[in-house]
Amino acid sequence: MDAFMQFIYSGLTVGAVYALVALGFTIIYNASDVVNFAQGEFVMLGGMITVFAFDAGLPLPLAAVLAIVIAAAIGVALNKLAIEPARGAPVVSLIIITIGASILIRGASQIVFDKQLHRLPAFSGDEPIHLLGATLLPQSLWVIGGAFAIFVALWLFFTRTLLGKAVLATANNRLAAQLVGINTGFVMTLSFALSAAIGALAGVLVTPITLVSYDVGVGLALKGFAAAMLGGMGNPKGALVGGLLLGLFEALTAGYISSQYKEAVAFIVILGVLFVMPQGLFGAKKTERV
Amino acid sequence: MTILEVKGLGISFGGLRAVNDVSFSVKPGEIVSVIGPNGAGKTTLFNMISGVYVPSDGSVSLNGEDITSTPPHLLAARGMTRTFQNLQIFHDMTVLENVIAGFHLQERPSILGDLLSLPAARRRSAAVREKAVAFLEKVRLAGAASEQAGNLSYGALKRLEIARALAVGPKVLLLDEPAAGCNAVETEEIDTLIAELAKSGIAILLVEHDMKMVMRISNHIVVLDHGEKIAEGTPDVVSRHPDVIAAYLGTEEEPAHADG
Repeated sequence: MDAFMQFIYSGLTVGAVYALVALGFTIIYNASDVVNFAQGEFVMLGGMITVFAFDAGLPLPLAAVLAIVIAAAIGVALNKLAIEPARGAPVVSLIIITIGASILIRGASQIVFDKQLHRLPAFSGDEPIHLLGATLLPQSLWVIGGAFAIFVALWLFFTRTLLGKAVLATANNRLAAQLVGINTGFVMTLSFALSAAIGALAGVLVTPITLVSYDVGVGLALKGFAAAMLGGMGNPKGALVGGLLLGLFEALTAGYISSQYKEAVAFIVILGVLFVMPQGLFGAKKTERV
Repeated sequence: MTILEVKGLGISFGGLRAVNDVSFSVKPGEIVSVIGPNGAGKTTLFNMISGVYVPSDGSVSLNGEDITSTPPHLLAARGMTRTFQNLQIFHDMTVLENVIAGFHLQERPSILGDLLSLPAARRRSAAVREKAVAFLEKVRLAGAASEQAGNLSYGALKRLEIARALAVGPKVLLLDEPAAGCNAVETEEIDTLIAELAKSGIAILLVEHDMKMVMRISNHIVVLDHGEKIAEGTPDVVSRHPDVIAAYLGTEEEPAHADG
């Protein structure tokens, strides 16, 4: 039982990160139909920039804000320099562009930063918390709480504000959104900025636990993609549930079967979703009436 | 006084000249119809005027200002919007929400007020909702307000699209086959609605295949064939124009050629 709870805690922690990456996928997918495989790089950038800014003497909160702002700016640049000029190209081409961008960002980070693993100090110390027979690091609470706060903030943004509703309208029908005066180009840019910022924040939160290096983005992008597929691509609720479930699957597999199989879980989930329910848990079946 | 002026508008797709040198103008309160056989370039012309396509040459001006190749969202802000032959509806929203979306540009949001759902923000939403219901009543869809838009019939969606376009508050409204797929009663309702809108001062540009409707409500008709304007004038003039009759029914020589 104690071991079980321990697996649950670690599954929820890593699942919260996957959920945030999946949320990044979801936001860009909704605004543009593009699956942005550079999403993992934003998580890496969030971690790396914070580490280097912190080592350079900046206070941790300031370093984190700086990392999030820079990542958001890179997200905007990705849209403006790579996606927007290719507007009108098939979605597959746009997806390949994001894979190229991901390789570019990774390569540049290797040069600008280095190839070492880096860590950040935990935000509220390393004293484990005993809860229901297992232990939990305070940083895990930061990760889970941070993810939860972001989901609530975004839910309010999308359901309450005019700008958020404009994003939803664009996701629903881009041409109709333009007809009522919504600047869909701006909505695209906003979506990239938002996704990148969320990814970077996930990177900041998780670095004290998992460490960061220039190449952690690929794995995170794949896991986040699996989570988004599981929940149903395009559905924020699906991103949350898919991310947490994937994290739990991984932790339980590592605990009860073998940690060697842990990495395989995400791929088995992708295959399973594609075979059994391609629309995911919360995804709507798409039908177009003529 | 002209509100919409189209001058020498043309577009080529590769080597194909889809529309060539088309000019006409629309005054406030006027109903101008664009007619022509299938493939004459009517929808292409609409797409250029409404900023969906970028024309190869010519210009469009709204209230004397050049608006050639201005994107649709900026045209909406300047008072011009349109409907589509193949419908552009927010299928996942309710009927009412579709119309509310039309008020996008008129909303003066305060992010904090909206997030906290303050009384002022709630009052504003209620006011918009009321106005949206009024537009739904105008197109006889008030009863379906809370239904998911995707579940409506084709004819109802046509009217919903008009209601949403009205919510934008246009001075110029482009309607692409508003009566297509509607039954006789629905057509007459749309007919009356368009006449009412024109009476309120909106300039209406119409593409329509229902000739009876076109002849009944238009002040002015522009006839296209193979991308060229072949005639223009009042319904009376146009319906007697020899080139128009030839375009629709074929010339008298053609059967002779076929025989020979």
